[in-house]
Amino acid sequence: MATAAVDQADKRQSPLSDAVVVRFAGDSGDGMQLTGGQFTLSSALAGNDFATFPDFPAEIRAPQGTLFGVSAFQINFGSSAIDTAGDAPDVLVAMNPAALKTNVPQLKPGGLIIADEGEFNDRNLAKAKYDANPLEDGSLAKWQLLKLNISQLTMDAVKPFGLGNKEALRCKNMWTLGLSLWMFDRDRQPLIDWLNAKFAKDPNLAAANVAALNAGHAYGETAELAGPLKQHHVDPAPVAPGLYRTLTGAEGIALGLVAGAQLAKLPMFFGGYPITPASAILHHLSRLKEYDVTTFQAEDEIAAICSAIGASYAGSLGVTSSSGPGIALKGEAMGLAIMTELPLVIVNSQRGGPSTGLPTKTEQSDLYQAVYGRNGDAPMPVIAARSPGDAFECAIEAVRIAVQYMTPVMLLTDGYIANAAEPWAVPDLTTYEAFPVEFLTEVPEGGFKPYGRDEKLKRPWVKPGTPGLLHRIGGIEKEIDTGHINYAPGNHQAMTDIRKDKIDGITVPDQVVELGAEGGKLAVVGWGSTFGPIHQAVRRKRAEGADVSHVHIRHIWPLPTNLGELLKSYDKVIVPEMNTGQLKTVLRDQYLVDAKPVNKVSGQPFTIAEIEAAIEEALK
Amino acid sequence: MNEMTTIARTTTLKDWETDQEVRWCPGCGDYAILKAVQRTMPEIGTAPENTVFISGIGCSSRFPYYMETYGFHTIHGRAPAFATGLKLANPNLDVWIVTGDGDGLSIGGNHTMHLIRRNLDCQIMLFNNEIYGLTKGQYSPTSRVGTTSPSTPYGSVDRPAQPAAFALGAGARFVARGFDVSKELPNVLKAAHAHKGAAFIEIFQNCIVYNKDVFEDFAAPKGAEDRQLWLKQGEPMLYAKGTKGIALDAEALHLKTVDVVDGDWQAAGVIVHDVTNRSVAHMLVEMRFGEFPMALGVLYDDPRPTFEADVVRQNKAAAEGKTADLQGLLKKGQTWTVTEGGPEL
Repeated sequence: MATAAVDQADKRQSPLSDAVVVRFAGDSGDGMQLTGGQFTLSSALAGNDFATFPDFPAEIRAPQGTLFGVSAFQINFGSSAIDTAGDAPDVLVAMNPAALKTNVPQLKPGGLIIADEGEFNDRNLAKAKYDANPLEDGSLAKWQLLKLNISQLTMDAVKPFGLGNKEALRCKNMWTLGLSLWMFDRDRQPLIDWLNAKFAKDPNLAAANVAALNAGHAYGETAELAGPLKQHHVDPAPVAPGLYRTLTGAEGIALGLVAGAQLAKLPMFFGGYPITPASAILHHLSRLKEYDVTTFQAEDEIAAICSAIGASYAGSLGVTSSSGPGIALKGEAMGLAIMTELPLVIVNSQRGGPSTGLPTKTEQSDLYQAVYGRNGDAPMPVIAARSPGDAFECAIEAVRIAVQYMTPVMLLTDGYIANAAEPWAVPDLTTYEAFPVEFLTEVPEGGFKPYGRDEKLKRPWVKPGTPGLLHRIGGIEKEIDTGHINYAPGNHQAMTDIRKDKIDGITVPDQVVELGAEGGKLAVVGWGSTFGPIHQAVRRKRAEGADVSHVHIRHIWPLPTNLGELLKSYDKVIVPEMNTGQLKTVLRDQYLVDAKPVNKVSGQPFTIAEIEAAIEEALK
Repeated sequence: MNEMTTIARTTTLKDWETDQEVRWCPGCGDYAILKAVQRTMPEIGTAPENTVFISGIGCSSRFPYYMETYGFHTIHGRAPAFATGLKLANPNLDVWIVTGDGDGLSIGGNHTMHLIRRNLDCQIMLFNNEIYGLTKGQYSPTSRVGTTSPSTPYGSVDRPAQPAAFALGAGARFVARGFDVSKELPNVLKAAHAHKGAAFIEIFQNCIVYNKDVFEDFAAPKGAEDRQLWLKQGEPMLYAKGTKGIALDAEALHLKTVDVVDGDWQAAGVIVHDVTNRSVAHMLVEMRFGEFPMALGVLYDDPRPTFEADVVRQNKAAAEGKTADLQGLLKKGQTWTVTEGGPEL
């Protein structure tokens, strides 16, 4: 990892390398997410690869200046492949004492702090529970400190526009962004265009923001010769030519679901209920009416899934989405979708649990819930996305399995993937194979059997409104073929076996090795959003000569058929997860392999260093 | 009611019966309701394949298995949510919800409220037997205070919900009442079907095993005239063979019963039933039996635009002039092109 605009005098620093981690931290109302988002676009235009990590509080407008009201946005950008938002920041922009206090411990030794000293007054220091001003008392000695009165500098810059005090101070984030753009030798014009478009209705406000941006940039230029501020250029990363965009996980899922429905030639019905961090999917889809998407904000989580099942029954692709607590409420309805064998996609944007837990923080602790969390023997396919771009592919895969096997499918993502952005090579949709659904429309040869099956054990999908195929379905055990109510012992045994065999028989691609080779000393096995840190850690350890491979599982249920043999080809297997060992338990159960857990449940993603340490420990 | 009614088809009662053995207790009021529905459907003139019966869980919720239509026996209390998804996905279907006092007002009360408030076009038949039958006789949210049951051996202490008042309070545009063996039930069902929007029908149903004859006080044929007020649009609210009527106590602002002498109901101040009068409807659903006769028939009927029609209209309007170019959508937002020369906007 790299240091950027920092003085290289500090010998604890690693030499300047090709990637930089910057963390913007401020009060919830300081516009840090917006600043981060625009800096991300600037990184993309500079040709850098990047990954971001928005880290914000559950409270919407937490009391100003408090420790729990701090909102942060971290970006890691560089001239080679970036898989994570970075372990420790090289640069911390702290807009107030609370932001400094909560974020400075992660800053690299020798890293640069840019603090708005205008906000370090007695009141804010007290709110951040500082006894003395850290900018003055020497407590930040192991870092480089750049104190700027950003508040005052912003006020001065926007003075000609006659804004009120409060409005003027709102431009602080643009001043900071201007300085950041200068630090990394970035073009300001796209940001100026964006500001003019954003404030098109209020040209004066647009001009004030542009002035603040320019002033921040000018400050960097004039201050360069003195102090710790240096300009640093990060070369573009070598990426394949093509069209790129930034993509968050929520966007990836929404677009993937629309693509999946189109490939299946079905209208989509999305039933949702507001919940963090899943709501963004509902927001995206509710704007896509022209894609034959109907969205329904239901009265609760249960109604959300039940309405989606009702729509699937009518012949639409039913989709519902939530996070852990909401998924728990949907459990009974999932069982009904399994029993009535209707297609359905359930998206779980996991967050810290149990109960309400950590609504805005990330975790992977719903794997048991996804695989096992229903009453009765209720098998259901589970797919896990590893990144925002992968979420697009996984959503299509979830739709495909749902309609090809007439089954609900759980798609797992998490708070980190949902909010994080990455550059995404826009795919060419013509390269995706369509899987159009064929409804049963007339009595087939041999008579109509609502629970008759094809070679995949799939039952026919009949839309109400179809003459000649009238039938009843429900949650009571079905008779084989006819679907009539049947409580007979042999029938329940046979139907339970069929439901299990159908899911077990789903064709999923063979498990590949992401990095390394089949066989060897150690496999690091992951799933979901731990992809980035595992991949980087394994890459680094392999570069040092370690015999370690990375295996990343997308199909959590059913598991790829070659996975058992693959895992047994390594001397050791470790499973890093943001839970207390859920995939580990499944792998042990399925394959009797001695998979060892590496766990983290702090609400923060793994750092690369943590995975490296786990690899070192396992190879001892 | 629904557009499909225009594609009328001649059917008979037999066309609406399935080959499934009906599994309610012998003598259960559900049999009479089933027959009334099967008798009503040919008169309504819809096609069985365009008709869907959706139910939750409970004795009443077995209903769809016995109707030769499409049917979905779902989970406890949630039938309105399934119906909402079904109707939004295909507004042309004629949707009937079958629920009970426990299913529709206890575990599913929330969904019932929201379905009514949204005004989804469907018929909601709530079979009220004031007891949990399928779970063997516990008191229900409509049980009267003091109901002894396996879960309330010393009598229930909580006050019951009033289904019709609940529905009207939730914003219902159609509220009706009937009872299982009543000859009027088909007419009530027809009126419900003719109403475009959520039509709520409370059907008193006799659970002969766990709450036998709990409605006998007004439903018994003997003395029915004195205890039942059958409301008819445009007609005075008379009962007891026209010797009694319902009038408004203008000073106290509540309803009262009055004697009608020599048929001169105007002189007695008897109200003429106007199904669109919401204020009177509120008083009718609150009218306590005993002091008053039981108000039956169509209590309120004043349609307004339906939920699924508004959703379809908005979806169409939002999509107008836009093409579903998904490839184009993928390219939307903050994009840049990487060429040999580097990235550019």
